[in-house]
Amino acid sequence: MTALLTPLGMAGRMVLAALAAIGRMAMFAANGVVHIFRPPWYPGEFLNALIQIGWLSLPVVGLTALFTGGALALQIYAGGARFSAESVVPSIVAIGMVRELGPVLGGLMVAARVASSIAAEIGTMKVTEQIDALVTLSTHPMKYLTAPRLVAATLAVPVLVAVGDSIGILGGYLVGVNRLGFNPATYLANTREFLELSDVVSGLWKGAAFGFIVALSGCFHGMNSGRGAQGVGRATKSAVVAASVMILAANYVLTEVFFSA
Amino acid sequence: MIELRDIRKSFGANHVLRGVNLTVPAGESMVIIGGSGTGKSVLLKCILGLVPPDGGQILIDGLYVEKSDREAFLARFGMLFQGGALFDSLPVWQNVAFRLLRGHSRRPRAEAREIAIEKLRRVGLKPEVADLYPAELSGGMQKRVGLARAIAAEPEIIFFDEPTTGLDPIMAGVINELIREIVSEMGATAITITHDMSSVRAIADRVAMLHEGIIQWTGPIEELDTTPDPYVQQFIHGRAEGPIPAVR
Ligand SMILES: Nc1ncnc2c1ncn2[C@@H]1O[C@H](COP(=O)(O)OP(=O)(O)O)[C@@H](O)[C@H]1O
Ligand SMILES: [Mg+2]
Repeated sequence: MTALLTPLGMAGRMVLAALAAIGRMAMFAANGVVHIFRPPWYPGEFLNALIQIGWLSLPVVGLTALFTGGALALQIYAGGARFSAESVVPSIVAIGMVRELGPVLGGLMVAARVASSIAAEIGTMKVTEQIDALVTLSTHPMKYLTAPRLVAATLAVPVLVAVGDSIGILGGYLVGVNRLGFNPATYLANTREFLELSDVVSGLWKGAAFGFIVALSGCFHGMNSGRGAQGVGRATKSAVVAASVMILAANYVLTEVFFSA
Repeated sequence: MIELRDIRKSFGANHVLRGVNLTVPAGESMVIIGGSGTGKSVLLKCILGLVPPDGGQILIDGLYVEKSDREAFLARFGMLFQGGALFDSLPVWQNVAFRLLRGHSRRPRAEAREIAIEKLRRVGLKPEVADLYPAELSGGMQKRVGLARAIAAEPEIIFFDEPTTGLDPIMAGVINELIREIVSEMGATAITITHDMSSVRAIADRVAMLHEGIIQWTGPIEELDTTPDPYVQQFIHGRAEGPIPAVR
Protein backbone atom coordinates (compact mmCIF):
# COMPACT_ATOMS: atom_id res chain seq x y z
CA MET A 1 0.00 0.00 0.00
CA THR A 2 2.67 2.49 1.03
CA ALA A 3 4.74 1.40 -1.98
CA LEU A 4 1.81 2.29 -4.22
CA LEU A 5 1.29 5.63 -2.57
CA THR A 6 4.95 6.69 -2.75
CA PRO A 7 4.87 7.96 -6.36
CA LEU A 8 1.59 9.70 -5.60
CA GLY A 9 3.11 11.34 -2.55
CA MET A 10 6.13 12.36 -4.57
CA ALA A 11 3.98 13.95 -7.27
CA GLY A 12 2.01 15.75 -4.58
CA ARG A 13 5.14 17.02 -2.93
CA MET A 14 6.47 18.24 -6.27
CA VAL A 15 3.28 20.15 -7.00
CA LEU A 16 3.36 21.69 -3.53
CA ALA A 17 7.01 22.65 -3.93
CA ALA A 18 6.31 24.25 -7.30
CA LEU A 19 3.36 26.21 -5.87
CA ALA A 20 5.50 27.35 -2.94
CA ALA A 21 8.21 28.52 -5.35
CA ILE A 22 5.67 30.45 -7.42
CA GLY A 23 4.30 32.02 -4.25
CA ARG A 24 7.74 33.04 -3.06
CA MET A 25 8.58 34.56 -6.43
CA ALA A 26 5.30 36.47 -6.46
CA MET A 27 6.03 37.88 -3.01
CA PHE A 28 9.52 38.79 -4.16
CA ALA A 29 8.05 40.54 -7.21
CA ALA A 30 5.57 42.53 -5.11
CA ASN A 31 8.36 43.49 -2.72
CA GLY A 32 10.57 44.54 -5.63
CA VAL A 33 7.84 46.71 -7.14
CA VAL A 34 7.24 48.43 -3.81
CA HIS A 35 10.94 49.29 -3.60
CA ILE A 36 10.85 50.78 -7.10
CA PHE A 37 8.57 53.53 -5.82
CA ARG A 38 10.28 54.22 -2.49
CA PRO A 39 13.44 56.31 -2.16
CA PRO A 40 16.39 56.21 -1.98
CA TRP A 41 16.91 55.54 -5.69
CA TYR A 42 20.19 54.56 -7.27
CA PRO A 43 20.42 56.19 -10.73
CA GLY A 44 23.97 54.91 -11.29
CA GLU A 45 22.84 51.32 -10.81
CA PHE A 46 19.86 51.94 -13.09
CA LEU A 47 21.99 53.31 -15.93
CA ASN A 48 24.42 50.46 -15.57
CA ALA A 49 21.57 47.94 -15.76
CA LEU A 50 20.13 49.73 -18.78
CA ILE A 51 23.44 49.36 -20.62
CA GLN A 52 23.90 45.74 -19.58
CA ILE A 53 20.37 44.66 -20.38
CA GLY A 54 19.47 46.89 -23.32
CA TRP A 55 22.46 48.14 -25.23
CA LEU A 56 24.64 45.04 -24.92
CA SER A 57 21.75 42.74 -25.93
CA LEU A 58 21.23 44.56 -29.24
CA PRO A 59 23.59 42.39 -31.33
CA VAL A 60 22.18 39.07 -30.20
CA VAL A 61 18.56 40.20 -30.53
CA GLY A 62 19.24 41.81 -33.93
CA LEU A 63 20.94 38.73 -35.37
CA THR A 64 18.19 36.43 -34.08
CA ALA A 65 15.56 38.64 -35.70
CA LEU A 66 17.42 38.92 -39.00
CA PHE A 67 17.69 35.16 -39.52
CA THR A 68 14.18 34.51 -38.26
CA GLY A 69 12.70 37.08 -40.64
CA GLY A 70 14.52 35.50 -43.56
CA ALA A 71 13.46 31.96 -42.66
CA LEU A 72 9.90 33.12 -42.08
CA ALA A 73 9.72 34.59 -45.60
CA LEU A 74 10.83 31.27 -47.11
CA GLN A 75 8.40 29.20 -45.03
CA ILE A 76 5.42 31.40 -45.76
CA TYR A 77 6.29 31.42 -49.43
CA ALA A 78 6.45 27.61 -49.44
CA GLY A 79 3.15 27.35 -47.57
CA GLY A 80 1.45 30.11 -49.55
CA ALA A 81 2.45 28.52 -52.88
CA ARG A 82 0.17 25.54 -52.09
CA PHE A 83 -2.91 27.69 -52.58
CA SER A 84 -1.39 30.31 -54.90
CA ALA A 85 -1.12 32.93 -52.16
CA GLU A 86 2.57 33.77 -52.44
CA SER A 87 1.71 37.46 -52.31
CA VAL A 88 0.87 37.26 -48.59
CA VAL A 89 4.55 36.85 -47.72
CA PRO A 90 5.29 40.53 -46.86
CA SER A 91 2.25 41.05 -44.64
CA ILE A 92 2.47 37.69 -42.84
CA VAL A 93 6.18 38.18 -42.20
CA ALA A 94 5.48 41.58 -40.71
CA ILE A 95 2.50 40.47 -38.62
CA GLY A 96 4.18 37.28 -37.45
CA MET A 97 7.33 39.10 -36.52
CA VAL A 98 5.69 42.00 -34.73
CA ARG A 99 2.96 40.14 -32.87
CA GLU A 100 4.74 36.93 -31.99
CA LEU A 101 8.28 36.13 -33.00
CA GLY A 102 9.90 39.48 -32.25
CA PRO A 103 8.82 39.58 -28.61
CA VAL A 104 9.09 35.83 -27.93
CA LEU A 105 12.48 35.25 -29.51
CA GLY A 106 13.79 38.57 -28.23
CA GLY A 107 12.52 37.68 -24.75
CA LEU A 108 14.09 34.23 -24.84
CA MET A 109 17.43 35.56 -26.04
CA VAL A 110 17.39 38.18 -23.30
CA ALA A 111 16.46 35.45 -20.81
CA ALA A 112 19.51 33.44 -21.86
CA ARG A 113 21.82 36.41 -21.78
CA VAL A 114 20.52 38.57 -18.97
CA ALA A 115 18.68 36.32 -16.48
CA SER A 116 21.80 34.17 -16.29
CA SER A 117 24.20 37.05 -15.78
CA ILE A 118 21.99 38.73 -13.17
CA ALA A 119 21.59 35.48 -11.24
CA ALA A 120 25.31 34.71 -11.40
CA GLU A 121 26.29 38.20 -10.32
CA ILE A 122 23.82 38.50 -7.45
CA GLY A 123 24.38 34.87 -6.45
CA THR A 124 28.12 35.45 -6.22
CA MET A 125 27.47 38.57 -4.18
CA LYS A 126 25.32 36.48 -1.85
CA VAL A 127 27.89 33.71 -1.30
CA THR A 128 30.78 36.15 -0.83
CA GLU A 129 28.78 38.11 1.78
CA GLN A 130 28.57 41.22 -0.42
CA ILE A 131 24.80 41.32 0.14
CA ASP A 132 25.36 41.20 3.90
CA ALA A 133 27.93 43.97 3.49
CA LEU A 134 25.33 46.10 1.65
CA VAL A 135 22.99 45.77 4.62
CA THR A 136 25.69 46.82 7.09
CA LEU A 137 26.31 49.88 4.89
CA SER A 138 22.66 50.91 5.30
CA THR A 139 21.81 49.96 1.73
CA HIS A 140 18.75 47.81 1.07
CA PRO A 141 19.67 45.04 -1.39
CA MET A 142 16.18 45.07 -2.92
CA LYS A 143 16.48 48.79 -3.64
CA TYR A 144 20.10 48.72 -4.75
CA LEU A 145 20.15 45.50 -6.77
CA THR A 146 16.62 44.40 -7.65
CA ALA A 147 14.66 47.59 -8.27
CA PRO A 148 17.06 49.13 -10.85
CA ARG A 149 17.25 45.86 -12.80
CA LEU A 150 13.47 45.39 -12.82
CA VAL A 151 12.89 48.90 -14.16
CA ALA A 152 15.74 48.76 -16.68
CA ALA A 153 14.62 45.43 -18.12
CA THR A 154 10.96 46.44 -18.30
CA LEU A 155 11.91 49.57 -20.26
CA ALA A 156 14.73 48.15 -22.36
CA VAL A 157 13.18 44.96 -23.69
CA PRO A 158 10.28 46.70 -25.55
CA VAL A 159 12.91 48.85 -27.28
CA LEU A 160 14.88 45.71 -28.12
CA VAL A 161 11.67 44.16 -29.45
CA ALA A 162 11.00 47.21 -31.65
CA VAL A 163 14.50 47.03 -33.07
CA GLY A 164 14.18 43.26 -33.51
CA ASP A 165 10.83 43.67 -35.30
CA SER A 166 12.36 46.09 -37.77
CA ILE A 167 15.39 43.92 -38.41
CA GLY A 168 13.18 40.84 -38.79
CA ILE A 169 11.07 42.59 -41.39
CA LEU A 170 14.29 43.65 -43.09
CA GLY A 171 15.41 40.00 -43.13
CA GLY A 172 12.14 39.01 -44.75
CA TYR A 173 12.50 41.82 -47.27
CA LEU A 174 16.05 40.79 -48.22
CA VAL A 175 15.03 37.18 -48.80
CA GLY A 176 11.78 38.19 -50.49
CA VAL A 177 13.46 40.54 -52.94
CA ASN A 178 16.72 38.74 -53.61
CA ARG A 179 15.67 35.13 -53.39
CA LEU A 180 11.94 34.99 -54.11
CA GLY A 181 11.80 37.67 -56.79
CA PHE A 182 9.45 40.15 -55.11
CA ASN A 183 9.38 43.68 -56.46
CA PRO A 184 11.01 45.87 -53.74
CA ALA A 185 8.36 48.60 -53.88
CA THR A 186 5.48 46.11 -53.81
CA TYR A 187 7.05 44.24 -50.88
CA LEU A 188 7.30 47.40 -48.82
CA ALA A 189 3.83 48.57 -49.78
CA ASN A 190 2.32 45.22 -48.78
CA THR A 191 4.20 45.22 -45.51
CA ARG A 192 2.85 48.63 -44.63
CA GLU A 193 -0.70 48.15 -45.83
CA PHE A 194 -1.72 45.22 -43.65
CA LEU A 195 0.24 46.01 -40.51
CA GLU A 196 -1.82 47.75 -37.82
CA LEU A 197 -0.66 49.87 -34.94
CA SER A 198 -2.30 47.48 -32.49
CA ASP A 199 -0.08 44.66 -33.81
CA VAL A 200 3.01 46.65 -32.92
CA VAL A 201 1.70 47.86 -29.58
CA SER A 202 0.67 44.38 -28.43
CA GLY A 203 4.17 43.13 -29.20
CA LEU A 204 5.75 45.95 -27.21
CA TRP A 205 3.56 45.19 -24.18
CA LYS A 206 4.71 41.61 -24.40
CA GLY A 207 8.29 42.85 -24.48
CA ALA A 208 7.77 44.86 -21.29
CA ALA A 209 6.25 41.85 -19.54
CA PHE A 210 9.07 39.57 -20.67
CA GLY A 211 11.69 42.08 -19.57
CA PHE A 212 10.15 42.19 -16.10
CA ILE A 213 10.09 38.38 -15.99
CA VAL A 214 13.75 38.12 -16.98
CA ALA A 215 14.98 40.56 -14.34
CA LEU A 216 12.66 39.09 -11.72
CA SER A 217 13.87 35.55 -12.31
CA GLY A 218 17.53 36.61 -12.34
CA CYS A 219 17.25 38.62 -9.12
CA PHE A 220 15.07 36.09 -7.30
CA HIS A 221 17.31 33.11 -8.01
CA GLY A 222 20.47 35.12 -7.35
CA MET A 223 19.22 36.37 -3.98
CA ASN A 224 18.17 32.84 -3.02
CA SER A 225 21.37 31.24 -4.25
CA GLY A 226 22.73 28.30 -2.24
CA ARG A 227 26.21 28.33 -0.74
CA GLY A 228 29.40 28.01 -2.79
CA ALA A 229 30.10 27.79 -6.49
CA GLN A 230 27.59 24.97 -6.82
CA GLY A 231 24.86 27.13 -5.34
CA VAL A 232 25.55 29.92 -7.83
CA GLY A 233 25.60 27.43 -10.72
CA ARG A 234 22.22 26.09 -9.69
CA ALA A 235 20.78 29.58 -9.25
CA THR A 236 21.93 30.56 -12.74
CA LYS A 237 20.40 27.50 -14.35
CA SER A 238 17.11 27.94 -12.49
CA ALA A 239 16.97 31.60 -13.45
CA VAL A 240 17.19 30.87 -17.19
CA VAL A 241 14.80 27.91 -17.09
CA ALA A 242 12.22 29.75 -15.00
CA ALA A 243 12.45 32.90 -17.10
CA SER A 244 12.04 30.97 -20.37
CA VAL A 245 9.06 28.95 -19.17
CA MET A 246 7.40 32.01 -17.65
CA ILE A 247 7.94 33.98 -20.87
CA LEU A 248 6.24 31.30 -22.95
CA ALA A 249 3.37 30.97 -20.48
CA ALA A 250 2.93 34.74 -20.24
CA ASN A 251 3.07 34.94 -24.03
CA TYR A 252 0.08 32.67 -24.32
CA VAL A 253 -1.88 34.56 -21.69
CA LEU A 254 -1.09 37.96 -23.24
CA THR A 255 -1.88 36.73 -26.75
CA GLU A 256 -5.25 35.52 -25.44
CA VAL A 257 -5.85 38.93 -23.87
CA PHE A 258 -4.99 40.88 -27.03
CA PHE A 259 -6.93 38.37 -29.17
CA SER A 260 -10.10 38.94 -27.17
CA ALA A 261 -9.67 42.69 -26.94
CA MET B 1 26.12 48.90 25.17
CA ILE B 2 25.29 45.59 23.53
CA GLU B 3 23.54 42.94 25.56
CA LEU B 4 22.82 39.42 24.36
CA ARG B 5 20.39 37.26 26.30
CA ASP B 6 20.09 33.56 25.60
CA ILE B 7 20.70 33.78 21.83
CA ARG B 8 19.97 30.49 20.05
CA LYS B 9 20.51 29.51 16.45
CA SER B 10 20.42 26.16 14.65
CA PHE B 11 20.92 25.22 11.02
CA GLY B 12 18.88 22.04 10.76
CA ALA B 13 20.44 19.56 13.20
CA ASN B 14 23.50 21.75 13.63
CA HIS B 15 22.89 23.61 16.91
CA VAL B 16 25.40 26.40 16.54
CA LEU B 17 24.37 28.81 19.31
CA ARG B 18 22.76 27.26 22.39
CA GLY B 19 22.05 30.24 24.59
CA VAL B 20 24.69 32.93 24.36
CA ASN B 21 24.73 35.54 27.13
CA LEU B 22 27.16 38.41 26.73
CA THR B 23 27.37 42.08 27.66
CA VAL B 24 29.65 44.51 25.86
CA PRO B 25 29.83 47.85 27.71
CA ALA B 26 29.86 51.05 25.63
CA GLY B 27 33.30 52.22 24.54
CA GLU B 28 34.93 48.88 25.31
CA SER B 29 36.70 46.41 23.13
CA MET B 30 35.39 42.86 23.44
CA VAL B 31 37.31 40.05 21.79
CA ILE B 32 35.59 36.75 21.11
CA ILE B 33 37.85 33.72 20.80
CA GLY B 34 36.95 30.13 20.02
CA GLY B 35 37.73 27.29 17.62
CA SER B 36 36.82 27.65 13.99
CA GLY B 37 33.26 26.62 13.22
CA THR B 38 32.00 27.35 16.73
CA GLY B 39 29.62 30.04 15.48
CA LYS B 40 31.48 33.26 16.11
CA SER B 41 30.58 34.74 12.71
CA VAL B 42 27.01 33.53 13.07
CA LEU B 43 26.79 35.31 16.43
CA LEU B 44 27.78 38.65 14.86
CA LYS B 45 25.27 38.12 12.06
CA CYS B 46 22.53 37.44 14.60
CA ILE B 47 23.22 40.78 16.27
CA LEU B 48 22.96 42.48 12.87
CA GLY B 49 19.79 40.65 11.88
CA LEU B 50 21.53 39.17 8.84
CA VAL B 51 20.79 35.76 10.32
CA PRO B 52 17.54 35.64 12.29
CA PRO B 53 18.17 34.05 15.70
CA ASP B 54 15.80 31.23 16.70
CA GLY B 55 15.44 32.67 20.18
CA GLY B 56 16.77 35.16 22.70
CA GLN B 57 16.96 38.91 22.98
CA ILE B 58 19.36 41.54 21.76
CA LEU B 59 19.50 44.91 23.49
CA ILE B 60 21.41 47.89 22.19
CA ASP B 61 21.78 50.76 24.66
CA GLY B 62 19.14 49.11 26.78
CA LEU B 63 16.54 48.88 24.01
CA TYR B 64 15.32 45.74 22.31
CA VAL B 65 16.42 45.69 18.70
CA GLU B 66 13.34 45.44 16.54
CA LYS B 67 13.25 45.53 12.78
CA SER B 68 12.22 49.19 12.75
CA ASP B 69 15.20 50.65 14.57
CA ARG B 70 17.75 48.33 13.02
CA GLU B 71 18.22 51.03 10.37
CA ALA B 72 19.10 53.61 12.97
CA PHE B 73 21.48 51.13 14.53
CA LEU B 74 23.17 50.33 11.19
CA ALA B 75 23.60 54.04 10.43
CA ARG B 76 26.22 54.24 13.18
CA PHE B 77 27.71 50.84 12.54
CA GLY B 78 30.63 49.37 10.59
CA MET B 79 31.74 45.84 9.96
CA LEU B 80 34.76 44.04 8.55
CA PHE B 81 33.69 40.68 7.10
CA GLN B 82 35.80 37.57 7.46
CA GLY B 83 36.21 37.30 3.67
CA GLY B 84 36.43 41.05 3.06
CA ALA B 85 33.11 41.09 1.14
CA LEU B 86 34.25 43.92 -1.13
CA PHE B 87 31.99 44.89 -4.03
CA ASP B 88 33.92 43.61 -7.00
CA SER B 89 32.04 45.82 -9.46
CA LEU B 90 33.44 48.95 -7.81
CA PRO B 91 37.03 50.26 -7.62
CA VAL B 92 38.70 50.20 -4.23
CA TRP B 93 38.09 53.83 -3.33
CA GLN B 94 34.36 53.57 -4.10
CA ASN B 95 34.21 50.52 -1.87
CA VAL B 96 35.77 52.45 0.98
CA ALA B 97 33.61 55.53 0.36
CA PHE B 98 30.43 53.49 -0.26
CA ARG B 99 28.46 55.14 2.52
CA LEU B 100 29.83 58.59 1.65
CA LEU B 101 28.64 58.35 -1.95
CA ARG B 102 25.04 57.37 -1.20
CA GLY B 103 22.10 57.94 1.06
CA HIS B 104 21.99 60.11 4.14
CA SER B 105 25.69 60.66 4.77
CA ARG B 106 26.33 61.64 1.15
CA ARG B 107 29.31 63.94 0.38
CA PRO B 108 30.71 65.49 -2.79
CA ARG B 109 32.63 62.93 -4.88
CA ALA B 110 36.03 64.59 -4.55
CA GLU B 111 35.69 64.84 -0.79
CA ALA B 112 34.56 61.22 -0.49
CA ARG B 113 37.56 60.15 -2.54
CA GLU B 114 39.91 62.10 -0.31
CA ILE B 115 38.47 60.50 2.81
CA ALA B 116 38.78 57.09 1.17
CA ILE B 117 42.45 57.62 0.38
CA GLU B 118 43.10 58.81 3.92
CA LYS B 119 41.43 55.68 5.35
CA LEU B 120 43.43 53.50 2.97
CA ARG B 121 46.60 55.11 4.26
CA ARG B 122 45.54 54.34 7.82
CA VAL B 123 45.32 50.62 7.01
CA GLY B 124 48.75 50.75 5.33
CA LEU B 125 47.69 50.98 1.67
CA LYS B 126 49.15 53.42 -0.85
CA PRO B 127 46.94 55.87 -2.78
CA GLU B 128 47.70 53.97 -6.01
CA VAL B 129 45.52 51.16 -4.74
CA ALA B 130 42.46 53.44 -4.81
CA ASP B 131 41.74 52.97 -8.51
CA LEU B 132 42.33 49.22 -8.67
CA TYR B 133 39.49 46.71 -8.51
CA PRO B 134 39.24 44.29 -5.55
CA ALA B 135 40.02 41.29 -7.78
CA GLU B 136 43.43 42.83 -8.51
CA LEU B 137 44.45 42.79 -4.83
CA SER B 138 45.92 40.05 -2.66
CA GLY B 139 43.78 38.57 0.10
CA GLY B 140 45.54 40.55 2.79
CA MET B 141 45.10 43.79 0.87
CA GLN B 142 41.41 43.05 0.36
CA LYS B 143 41.06 42.54 4.08
CA ARG B 144 42.61 45.93 4.76
CA VAL B 145 40.35 47.60 2.21
CA GLY B 146 37.43 45.96 4.03
CA LEU B 147 38.75 47.43 7.26
CA ALA B 148 39.05 50.89 5.67
CA ARG B 149 35.45 50.60 4.49
CA ALA B 150 34.28 49.59 7.96
CA ILE B 151 35.80 52.69 9.58
CA ALA B 152 35.19 55.17 6.72
CA ALA B 153 32.06 56.76 8.17
CA GLU B 154 33.47 56.85 11.72
CA PRO B 155 30.99 54.40 13.25
CA GLU B 156 30.23 54.17 16.95
CA ILE B 157 29.91 50.38 16.93
CA ILE B 158 32.31 48.22 14.95
CA PHE B 159 32.59 44.47 14.42
CA PHE B 160 35.80 42.95 13.11
CA ASP B 161 35.62 39.35 11.94
CA GLU B 162 39.18 37.95 11.98
CA PRO B 163 40.90 41.23 11.04
CA THR B 164 44.45 39.82 11.01
CA THR B 165 43.90 36.37 9.48
CA GLY B 166 45.95 36.16 6.28
CA LEU B 167 48.17 39.15 7.06
CA ASP B 168 51.94 39.08 7.61
CA PRO B 169 53.03 39.70 11.23
CA ILE B 170 54.03 43.32 10.60
CA MET B 171 50.74 44.19 8.91
CA ALA B 172 48.89 42.34 11.67
CA GLY B 173 50.67 44.57 14.17
CA VAL B 174 49.63 47.69 12.24
CA ILE B 175 46.00 46.55 12.17
CA ASN B 176 45.97 45.64 15.87
CA GLU B 177 47.26 49.08 16.72
CA LEU B 178 44.69 50.70 14.44
CA ILE B 179 41.81 48.84 16.08
CA ARG B 180 43.09 49.79 19.51
CA GLU B 181 43.28 53.43 18.35
CA ILE B 182 39.76 53.42 16.96
CA VAL B 183 38.39 52.20 20.26
CA SER B 184 40.38 54.55 22.50
CA GLU B 185 40.29 57.68 20.28
CA MET B 186 36.86 57.50 18.71
CA GLY B 187 35.36 55.89 21.79
CA ALA B 188 33.80 53.18 19.66
CA THR B 189 32.34 49.97 20.99
CA ALA B 190 34.04 47.05 19.27
CA ILE B 191 33.56 43.31 18.99
CA THR B 192 36.48 41.51 17.41
CA ILE B 193 36.69 37.84 16.49
CA THR B 194 40.16 36.41 16.33
CA HIS B 195 42.28 33.27 16.76
CA ASP B 196 45.45 35.29 16.99
CA MET B 197 46.59 35.55 20.62
CA SER B 198 48.85 38.55 19.94
CA SER B 199 45.78 40.30 18.53
CA VAL B 200 43.80 39.42 21.64
CA ARG B 201 46.41 40.97 23.89
CA ALA B 202 46.74 44.07 21.72
CA ILE B 203 43.03 44.77 21.22
CA ALA B 204 41.00 43.45 24.11
CA ASP B 205 39.57 45.14 27.16
CA ARG B 206 37.51 42.03 27.77
CA VAL B 207 37.66 38.53 26.35
CA ALA B 208 34.90 35.98 25.85
CA MET B 209 35.39 32.41 24.79
CA LEU B 210 32.70 30.72 22.71
CA HIS B 211 32.61 26.97 22.90
CA GLU B 212 29.81 24.49 22.10
CA GLY B 213 27.29 27.23 21.58
CA ILE B 214 27.72 29.09 24.87
CA ILE B 215 30.11 31.63 26.34
CA GLN B 216 32.42 29.28 28.22
CA TRP B 217 34.32 32.05 29.99
CA THR B 218 34.38 35.84 29.95
CA GLY B 219 36.50 38.32 31.85
CA PRO B 220 38.90 41.25 31.60
CA ILE B 221 42.07 40.71 29.58
CA GLU B 222 44.19 40.78 32.76
CA GLU B 223 42.51 37.59 33.95
CA LEU B 224 43.02 35.69 30.70
CA ASP B 225 46.34 34.19 31.74
CA THR B 226 45.43 33.54 35.36
CA THR B 227 42.00 31.98 34.92
CA PRO B 228 41.93 28.31 35.85
CA ASP B 229 39.30 27.62 33.14
CA PRO B 230 40.65 24.56 31.30
CA TYR B 231 39.05 25.55 27.96
CA VAL B 232 40.72 28.96 27.98
CA GLN B 233 44.05 27.52 29.06
CA GLN B 234 44.00 24.93 26.28
CA PHE B 235 43.05 27.54 23.69
CA ILE B 236 45.54 30.24 24.59
CA HIS B 237 48.42 27.78 24.81
CA GLY B 238 47.35 25.94 21.69
CA ARG B 239 47.49 22.47 23.25
CA ALA B 240 46.15 19.48 21.36
CA GLU B 241 45.20 17.78 24.68
CA GLY B 242 42.45 19.15 26.85
CA PRO B 243 38.67 19.41 27.16
CA ILE B 244 38.33 20.78 23.58
CA PRO B 245 38.47 17.87 21.12
CA ALA B 246 40.95 18.25 18.26
CA VAL B 247 38.57 16.60 15.83
CA ARG B 248 35.45 18.74 15.38
N1 LIG C 1 24.00 30.09 6.23
C1 LIG C 1 24.34 28.95 6.83
N2 LIG C 1 23.66 27.82 6.58
C2 LIG C 1 23.98 26.66 7.20
N3 LIG C 1 24.96 26.53 8.09
C3 LIG C 1 25.68 27.62 8.39
C4 LIG C 1 25.41 28.88 7.79
N4 LIG C 1 26.29 29.79 8.27
C5 LIG C 1 27.06 29.12 9.14
N5 LIG C 1 26.70 27.82 9.22
C6 LIG C 1 27.33 26.81 10.09
O1 LIG C 1 27.44 27.33 11.39
C7 LIG C 1 28.65 26.91 12.00
C8 LIG C 1 29.42 28.10 12.53
O2 LIG C 1 29.90 28.88 11.46
P1 LIG C 1 30.74 30.22 11.68
O3 LIG C 1 29.98 31.13 12.58
O4 LIG C 1 31.08 30.73 10.34
O5 LIG C 1 32.05 29.69 12.42
P2 LIG C 1 33.25 30.55 12.97
O6 LIG C 1 33.20 30.44 14.46
O7 LIG C 1 34.49 29.91 12.43
O8 LIG C 1 33.09 31.96 12.48
C9 LIG C 1 29.40 26.10 10.96
O9 LIG C 1 29.20 24.74 11.26
C10 LIG C 1 28.74 26.46 9.67
O10 LIG C 1 28.76 25.39 8.79
MG1 LIG D 1 34.03 33.02 11.17
